[in-house]
Amino acid sequence: MIVELGHFALILGFAVALFQATVPLWGAIRGDAVLARLGSQAALVHFALVALSFAALTHAYLVSDFSVLNVFQNSHSLKPLIYKWSGVWGNHEGSMLLWVLILALFGAGVAVFSKRLPDDMLGATLGVQGLIASAFCAFLIFASNPFLRMPNPPIEGRDLNPVLQDPGLAIHPPLLYLGYVGFSIVFSFAAAALILGRVDAAFARMIRPWTLAAWITLTLGIAMGSYWAYYELGWGGYWFWDPVENASLMPWLTGTALLHSAIVLEKREALKTWTILLAVVTFSLSLLGTFLVRSGVLTSVHAFAVDPERGLFILLILIAFIGGSFALFAARASALQGGGLFAPISREGALVFNNLFLSVASLAVFVGTLYPLLLEALTGAKISVGPPFFNLTAVPLMVPLFLAIPFGQKLAWKRGDLLGAGQRLWICMVLGVAGAAISAYATGGGPILALAGIGLGIFLVLGALDDLLDRALRGGIGLIGARLRAIPQSITAMALAHAGAGLMVIGISATAFETEKIAAMKPGETLALDGYTLRLEGIGPVTGPNYNAIAAEFSLRDPAGAELARLRPAKRVYIGRQMPTSEVGRYRHGLSEIYVAIGETSDGQHVDLRAYHKPYVLLIWLGPLLMSIGGILSLLDRRLRIGVPARRARLRPEPAE
Amino acid sequence: MTRKQKRLAMIGAIGLVLAVATGLILTALRDQIMFFRSPTEVVQGKVKPGEAFRLGGLVEAGSVVKEPNQIVRFVVTDGANIVRVTHQGILPDLFREGQGVVTEGKLEPGGVFNASTVLARHDENYMPREVADSLKQQGVWKDGKGAKP
Repeated sequence: MIVELGHFALILGFAVALFQATVPLWGAIRGDAVLARLGSQAALVHFALVALSFAALTHAYLVSDFSVLNVFQNSHSLKPLIYKWSGVWGNHEGSMLLWVLILALFGAGVAVFSKRLPDDMLGATLGVQGLIASAFCAFLIFASNPFLRMPNPPIEGRDLNPVLQDPGLAIHPPLLYLGYVGFSIVFSFAAAALILGRVDAAFARMIRPWTLAAWITLTLGIAMGSYWAYYELGWGGYWFWDPVENASLMPWLTGTALLHSAIVLEKREALKTWTILLAVVTFSLSLLGTFLVRSGVLTSVHAFAVDPERGLFILLILIAFIGGSFALFAARASALQGGGLFAPISREGALVFNNLFLSVASLAVFVGTLYPLLLEALTGAKISVGPPFFNLTAVPLMVPLFLAIPFGQKLAWKRGDLLGAGQRLWICMVLGVAGAAISAYATGGGPILALAGIGLGIFLVLGALDDLLDRALRGGIGLIGARLRAIPQSITAMALAHAGAGLMVIGISATAFETEKIAAMKPGETLALDGYTLRLEGIGPVTGPNYNAIAAEFSLRDPAGAELARLRPAKRVYIGRQMPTSEVGRYRHGLSEIYVAIGETSDGQHVDLRAYHKPYVLLIWLGPLLMSIGGILSLLDRRLRIGVPARRARLRPEPAE
Repeated sequence: MTRKQKRLAMIGAIGLVLAVATGLILTALRDQIMFFRSPTEVVQGKVKPGEAFRLGGLVEAGSVVKEPNQIVRFVVTDGANIVRVTHQGILPDLFREGQGVVTEGKLEPGGVFNASTVLARHDENYMPREVADSLKQQGVWKDGKGAKP
């Protein structure tokens, strides 16, 4: 009954989305404020219906209703509660429902938070959002219905793919989708601006909070996915330049560029067409990513529940939206009045530099990801474009960008002083080189590129934070506290986000200094790893709620011989699918980790193992975390919000609703 | 700077970066891509000596031999031809006899494929598309049986 209710709510939601896609848009074009304003109500009702539908599917998962085909295929009654719940989006249909839910969430968000938008802008934006929602609701209902019943309900389900039975599944896909799909609303704003022919500083202020919100969650989502792959796949990698990863990186790169070009649009009314183009391209790349991940046209290590036939449906949606928006862009962009040109050495010049490199890096990733498809279509040859390609293209293109960030932060609008900026940054550069030299000494040499990367990272962190130091010290020693408080929140946000990029560069460079050991050990034997000692204490069976495992217990000792921890890597076999997975054993010290994964233990006498010492590896994910903290600070900066209503003084406490 | 000079400087800089990027991409596309080969193509001598490539097919049942020092030997087949593979390291969780596999490495002088990487998959019923295609070519593939492409 509840399942049918969810199914019905979804169909009703589709109908409301069709209404949202037509009436408010028509009202906006005709200048009818009443019709345009209906977009808000439609967006809220659509969100409520999709949320109801999602809740119904969640309920079916929680009570293990195996009469629903989707639940039968992807759940098991013995599964722990958190995986029953997160398993809702651990499959194709459920994850597309989550996609539509987040799409509706952003539409409702605009209806709630952007009440002060001009009527026609609101109507057109929500109208375009309604168009996207209609397309994906249709896809769900006609090609990926999660509510289909089975005529003869089985007693037990087929269980969720064991690799997905991890807390990461509860966090990673929702965050990633919030980012991916969040750019849809920015796209809708851009399309609305094109339709109405109004791109100005106010437009940049309108899209700012939404771009930031999408960017923050996409940053966190990608970082979380990388961390999950690191501990789940058992070989300690954090980024494989896999098509599915690239699919999320491309919108991130152009989304980051958009975040910066919107600042130029807001402050200087320049880069109008470029900003619009970036908004269109970013969401197009999100759609492309959805298509690549869902259709399985590219072989990926992260592909789940792919279905080529349904891929075609998404491809059609993709072509319709990308084609439509580019046609609209081509027709209307020339009508936009160009902004003034500006001096190359200035804040806006630096932001153009940023945009240039981010877009070109995104282009390199795009070519590398799609070239195999193109070549196979043209010649039939099957190729794979792996890490060497990206290490030679996207990575060198990011280096000038990282070098330029601290300079850009110091340049003033209109006319910057590169020499003045350089004078302060000299010290940061010297410290960066010193840091690289110290690492070279401490590790006894090492790859020169990795050392350069560490120097670059240190320069970037110090250079980004120097801005704050400079501002704090300007008033003399006695005023530090007051000056620190006076620093605008958005300036602190920028410094933190850029420092986060620096931390990530250090973490990635430090992977060149990791130690890997592959060995076979019997109980009682020891393995030396960069001064640490691993001793195999024993091998034994472990029983979990829905799996059986063979676990090895290691004691880890530091150079002085004191025991630090017990590590218990295991090989699990899940009962539902009889599928093995690895659980790694990890020990964190500072920002570094000891990482142990075991192979098969068929004879019960010895285990094959892979052990790593990974110095400063956690910086790879702490960097993006700091970047998103910067983003959140910037989002909370009240000065930058449009139309913040003055808070009315409360005369008497109001009763709760 | 005059307006014209500013515009030229801007266009020049953008052109320069695009040219460098295009150069990097084209060079890397020429040198850094890896071809996917089936055992039949390897036997037919389509592989250049010393070329790194991806070899894919099914792990022949009963062919996996484990030796000391984590060395594994197995045979990859596409139904028509076979290639012997050696790999040092720990095999991924989903490596099984009779299942699809993709390996990366080089052919040694004796005709044995030395795999530096054996690729793992997340999903037990997932067959790499390239492997499925090459099996179809050899007529080994039966739709609906076991693995799905």
